[in-house]
Amino acid sequence: MDNNNQPGPLRSRPTLRELAYFGVVSLVLLVSLAIAPAKNYFSDWRHYQKSYLKIAGERQSGTLVRSFQGGIRQTWIAKLGVVDRCESCHVNLTGALVGATGQPFRKHPIIPHDLEQFGCAICHRGQGPATSVEEAHYTTEAWEQPLLPARYLESGCGQCHLGPLQGAPRLNEGRALLSSQGCVHCHIVAQPDGNVLKPEDNPPPLTHIAEKTSREWIYAWIRNPQSYAASATMPNFQLNEQDAADISAFLMAQSTASPTSHIEITTASTAAAPGADASTEAATLYGASFCSSCHAVQNEAGNLVGGNFGPELTRVGAKVNPDWLRRWLSNPAAYHPATRMPHYRMDPKQVALLSGFLLAKKDSDFLANAHLAPASADSVARGKKLVTETGCAACHQINGVNPPQNFAPDLTHVGSRALAQVVFAPGMKHNLPDYISAKIHDPRSFGPGLKMPKFTLGESQIDALTTALLSQTDHAASFPKELIISGGRTSNYHPGGEAGRIMDDLRCLSCHAINGNGGDMAPDLTWEGSAVQRAWLEDFLKNPNTLRPALIRRMPKFNLSPGEIKTLTDYILTAYQSPGFDAQTMDAHALNADAAARGKQLFYAKYGCQSCHIADYKNDKGYVGPALTSVGNRLTPAWTYKWLKDPSALRPATIMPNFSLKDDEARDLTAFLMTLKAKQGGGK
Amino acid sequence: MKLLPITVLISAALVAGCKQSGPPPLKPAAYGTQITEVSGGKQLAQVGSTLPQPLVLQVNGADGNPVTGALVSLHGDGLQFNPVQKLTDSSGQVTVEAQLGFNPGDYQVIAETPKSGGGSATLNLREIALGYEQAVGKAVNDQYCIRCHDPESTPERVSNLDNLSPAPHQFTDGGTLNRMSDADLTNMIAHGGPALGKSPQMPAYAATLKPAEIKAVLSYIRTVADPPYQTPGVKYGK
Repeated sequence: MDNNNQPGPLRSRPTLRELAYFGVVSLVLLVSLAIAPAKNYFSDWRHYQKSYLKIAGERQSGTLVRSFQGGIRQTWIAKLGVVDRCESCHVNLTGALVGATGQPFRKHPIIPHDLEQFGCAICHRGQGPATSVEEAHYTTEAWEQPLLPARYLESGCGQCHLGPLQGAPRLNEGRALLSSQGCVHCHIVAQPDGNVLKPEDNPPPLTHIAEKTSREWIYAWIRNPQSYAASATMPNFQLNEQDAADISAFLMAQSTASPTSHIEITTASTAAAPGADASTEAATLYGASFCSSCHAVQNEAGNLVGGNFGPELTRVGAKVNPDWLRRWLSNPAAYHPATRMPHYRMDPKQVALLSGFLLAKKDSDFLANAHLAPASADSVARGKKLVTETGCAACHQINGVNPPQNFAPDLTHVGSRALAQVVFAPGMKHNLPDYISAKIHDPRSFGPGLKMPKFTLGESQIDALTTALLSQTDHAASFPKELIISGGRTSNYHPGGEAGRIMDDLRCLSCHAINGNGGDMAPDLTWEGSAVQRAWLEDFLKNPNTLRPALIRRMPKFNLSPGEIKTLTDYILTAYQSPGFDAQTMDAHALNADAAARGKQLFYAKYGCQSCHIADYKNDKGYVGPALTSVGNRLTPAWTYKWLKDPSALRPATIMPNFSLKDDEARDLTAFLMTLKAKQGGGK
Repeated sequence: MKLLPITVLISAALVAGCKQSGPPPLKPAAYGTQITEVSGGKQLAQVGSTLPQPLVLQVNGADGNPVTGALVSLHGDGLQFNPVQKLTDSSGQVTVEAQLGFNPGDYQVIAETPKSGGGSATLNLREIALGYEQAVGKAVNDQYCIRCHDPESTPERVSNLDNLSPAPHQFTDGGTLNRMSDADLTNMIAHGGPALGKSPQMPAYAATLKPAEIKAVLSYIRTVADPPYQTPGVKYGK
């Protein structure tokens, strides 16, 4: 063999220097290899799992210690995109270790969902897959959603539950405020099922405003609505004196004559009622018309007394033009076609009494500082520009100014807004909940020239609104359809024909719901025709004697003509029938005196009905349900029987419990109730 | 080894810096001997929320008159206060907002004011946080129970409590209700008073409420009980 290919002899010994290099490099390599295991060994979750086992051991929970499975614990739900490792540290969410009060070992409070079903971060936010306390809970460069503060937690529910949800009062309140404060006039808030929140504040049109009030009042009002009425929902636009003067000039200039302006005001309705009794009589009329069901007035102690369905009337005398008020009381819809106020059909004397009573409610201070120079053409033109820029027409109808489109940012996905798109005010914490809350709290603090006005809201209302807005995430769009639970939609039902015209005139749907449309202030009338007897209904419409004497909100008297009463009665008895039964099928023979006697026993002794109802004014005191003293004249036997068997089947919102009565018990009780025929209004 | 003194110096400087960054402690201008509640105790609120009404506390001197300028500091497990410390105003009072923690149940507010001779006067207030289950219970309570079990009337409803005999127990009446077992109360709600030999004035709600709702009402009753309800079983420290 040839020796030429043989390698040269190996050097027998490395130099000291080479050894040193080799040693250092190996050490560095060893250390760097040890970093990962060390990080793992000293990780937060390992530390917490050790202390958990220690606590469990101290309490001699041998089973707990033995059955404990260490390591990273992960909840993975592909269809929801959930990868949560929270349970690696929060090892006691099920509460196996009793009485652990410190985090991370607290038991999860009771919620209606399984933790395995949804994971944690869907509701709590934070970074689910993270395995260190810092990364999981707080904002990092790579993750901008920190853990949600507890006060906004209900926003998690709102991603799937789109309607009112029992057990989530803040979410419900926040959603209601978005509508009632008019937020959704300017902002679009659409839900994952396509439902778009609608405003429910009913702002008045300004097209005939000059008839209603003075320029000075408009000026003072738009500068600070809450100084006129503490409960006003109109926000403060923080206008300066000049802008407010120009806007008031324009609003007066654009006003046209309303259809009511041609109505003659009879002298009878303007004449101040004579006599010392007039003021008492007027106050009685205000009370008897149940104005305070909807309108509030501040009493001497400064508390608002009355409902918030219509505007506060504490200083209404400083606002309205007397003739406008008289025409308004005579027929509100002629001025404001979409008003919720009923047409009371008052006679001229009543109009005079009530207008005199309301006009006396004034406060000379309110307009004391409103001294305006006469409006110039320049001022009007500038006012129009301001009105357009400020977006007044988003809420109010104004001649010559179209409602602006896309006036404010769409809030449909505001709960997932990327922080990079958010402009924070200086000194603010950089997270979404604080941003939304600060924006509602004081919108103009984010910079001058911003358009959003300042609303008068309490801290808890702002928290509620923030909760509702945080629920507007874009997760829900990717969730399986069956998880989305839509809220009840209002129908667009309106009664038809001549009766429908009268019911619209009386604004029945402001208080009563029928077939899924209407208010919740008074009973649902969807099946009223099956429930009541003709004679009673006619009598009630003529003179609504309240069934619940203890209530403050009651049905007012509308001065209906006999013809109108007949039309309404016919319609209600025909159109509002429950499909479940025929009112004639109840066997009248079963309702005999024996049955009634047994029913009386059941009423008083077995079921204690008198604790909520009054069957006999002399002995019974129950004030929860309607008085039953003349129920035999009011309800049909078939309805009464069905009602007793299952009240919520007939009116889902009723608070009358279902007593699970047997058939014969319900029949006997019906027989007893049908014997109660005391004269209407037979009071205590 | 050269680095050690530098490290020590830097950390010392950091610690000192951190200490200085906190708000300067308030100095009391006067001292009282007693601290009392004006309003704000025993409120109900959702977990994590700010209490609907602020806490109003008053510091009195030995003569029983309010003391102006006394220092009141507040703390409590799981609670946050704004501000944490405050001097009493001209009427001897402080007004403080309190925010509840994550967990449903009781929270103890501890208010302290230093006494002139050292030591301090303290006052404990109880606040109640409602979690999901208690909120459902409250919703059911507000719809069905409150008419007869709450003596307060509002414009929307008139209390029926005074019309009933025997009078229903208020849910806050821990003295009575704490002595009844969960099973008995559940039975009462589901099957009415007669189920336990009590008055038929209490109707049966088994066909009206879902079992989960009855459980929620029970949880609400236990949460608002005064004196507080103690669950049976072993108690552990933290």
